[in-house]
Amino acid sequence: MANLFARQRYLMDFTINSMRRRSGRNLVLFTVYCLIIFILASVMLFGQSIRQEAKALLVNAPEATVQQMVMGRHDLISGDRVAELQSIRGVRHAEGRLWGYYFDPINGANYTIMVPSAENTAHQLQPGQTILGPGVVANRELVRGTHLFLLADYGEIFRLKIKEKLDTESALVSADLVLLSEPDFRKFFRLPDNVYTDIALSIRNEREIATIVGKIGNQIPGSRVVTRDDILRTYATIFSWREGLLLALLGASIVAFVIFAFDKAAGLSGEERREIGILKAIGWDTSDVLAMKFWEGALVSAGAFLLGVLLAYLHVFFFQAGLLEQVLKGWSVIYPDFQLRAQIDLLQIVTLAFFTVVPYTAATIVPIWRTAVTDPDAVMR
Amino acid sequence: MIKLDNVSKIYNEGQPNEAYALRDVTLEIMAGQTTVLKGPSGSGKTTLLTLVGCLSRPTVGRIHLGDEMVSGLPEKFMTEIRRKKFGFVFQRFNLVRGLSVLENVMLPSYPLGPKYSNLRQNALRLLGDVEIADKAQMKVENLSGGEAQRVAIARALINDPDFMIADEPTANLDTRLVGEFLKIVKKLRGQGKSIIMSSHDPRIWQADIVDRVISMEDGRVIADQDVSK
Repeated sequence: MANLFARQRYLMDFTINSMRRRSGRNLVLFTVYCLIIFILASVMLFGQSIRQEAKALLVNAPEATVQQMVMGRHDLISGDRVAELQSIRGVRHAEGRLWGYYFDPINGANYTIMVPSAENTAHQLQPGQTILGPGVVANRELVRGTHLFLLADYGEIFRLKIKEKLDTESALVSADLVLLSEPDFRKFFRLPDNVYTDIALSIRNEREIATIVGKIGNQIPGSRVVTRDDILRTYATIFSWREGLLLALLGASIVAFVIFAFDKAAGLSGEERREIGILKAIGWDTSDVLAMKFWEGALVSAGAFLLGVLLAYLHVFFFQAGLLEQVLKGWSVIYPDFQLRAQIDLLQIVTLAFFTVVPYTAATIVPIWRTAVTDPDAVMR
Repeated sequence: MIKLDNVSKIYNEGQPNEAYALRDVTLEIMAGQTTVLKGPSGSGKTTLLTLVGCLSRPTVGRIHLGDEMVSGLPEKFMTEIRRKKFGFVFQRFNLVRGLSVLENVMLPSYPLGPKYSNLRQNALRLLGDVEIADKAQMKVENLSGGEAQRVAIARALINDPDFMIADEPTANLDTRLVGEFLKIVKKLRGQGKSIIMSSHDPRIWQADIVDRVISMEDGRVIADQDVSK
């Protein structure tokens, strides 16, 4: 057993020496490999984190919202429906919500304008006050500003005192948010008193959501119920779609890399072939040559993999995925700017290792095996 | 003893460039002797050495090493025999560039996994025997031809083989270095090693350390002389 370990140590020593002797070629291979892992791992880490982020942020969202549909489009819903929904068995609380979108002609961004829920005591507003999401603050350059000016579509300018600027923790859903008091909202959009954008429901038992959704459908024809799970699924779909698109594009890069690695290994230089011949002639077995080349492949692939994943971790969680955020976050003109919480899905990392290290090792070991099984007498001739 | 029984070697068999390197060679090589294969280029000397040293297999015929038939063994066993029984000194020495003299000498032992201190000590002793221990740490590409040959001899002996096989060992050496080489061979013979060399250099097959000269031409043995007396 001691000999077995010593043998592997000798083979590794020889491998490291051999790699040092061909440092230029190995460095190119290592760099390309590392870059691919870095991009793939960045996309995967970002996608995973953003889905987790959305899940965490929506924990306090209402279990369901009810919208009125007219001609297949979302329309305003009457305030009378609030009491009606509240009376459904299983509904703990129903509350009319007011929200809408505002196109900011100053910088071409879209903001979400909303009235805070009555249950959100921390963010209650008086007429003339506003609370802003971090994207709006950044876009309007209001870091030190005290007032927000909004131009209503009928020409009136609203001057709103900034009560608070939301932190970036929750920016995934609040980046483009402008909170107004109910009177200001109704005035800004010229809404009558007894209508809402939709009605938020909190439900006592989450397992009853499907039943309650069915009841609402019967009671309020033409309504649509959006559950929290629906929203989560939408977020997951949006980010998975973006992630999937990017990974599909990168799949081509992986294939190109495997071909590159195969080509490198298949095109062993005359010097390398001669060296393998010498080793076999002086008593190395085919398995010794393969073990040596296995260590070479393992050192390149494991090293590049670990470095690539480490760089991706730093890129995503310390530098906010600066290279990919435009592709992955999207989100209208205002990009959510928030700190992703570091989290790693081990299964994803193992999968990434499996789909990069294994093809690389296979691509390199086959041509080397073909060289290693030839008779060593070639070195004599 | 190594025994060849009607051995033929054909390269690229069945192809347009098919070539007979050896034809029906039957011969015995005794242990403890210095045997020289002589003949012009293309006479089959090197091919015979590769067959004797288990570097390749005959196309036809059998090769026995002692009581064991080695020509039909699977590659793994051939390698084991090659590693234990034979040490090779190649015509162009075939040292691994980029490695030091000491590393080159230790290289054949790596797959056996010996204790490093023992291996190093053994390698330095052999380098001392061929009088090049002072260059143990030097990279082999910086050695002269004579020095490289001595390193190749030390490497051939690291696993303490019974036979040392040398292919045209003096082809790249001047007269003084040929003398040095013969001194080393004499020393090895004194240690009980069997030496098989190919050479078309008269300084080799006329040397007093040679026991037997086998002459070859066109892949055949044409003469077999005992010159020990």
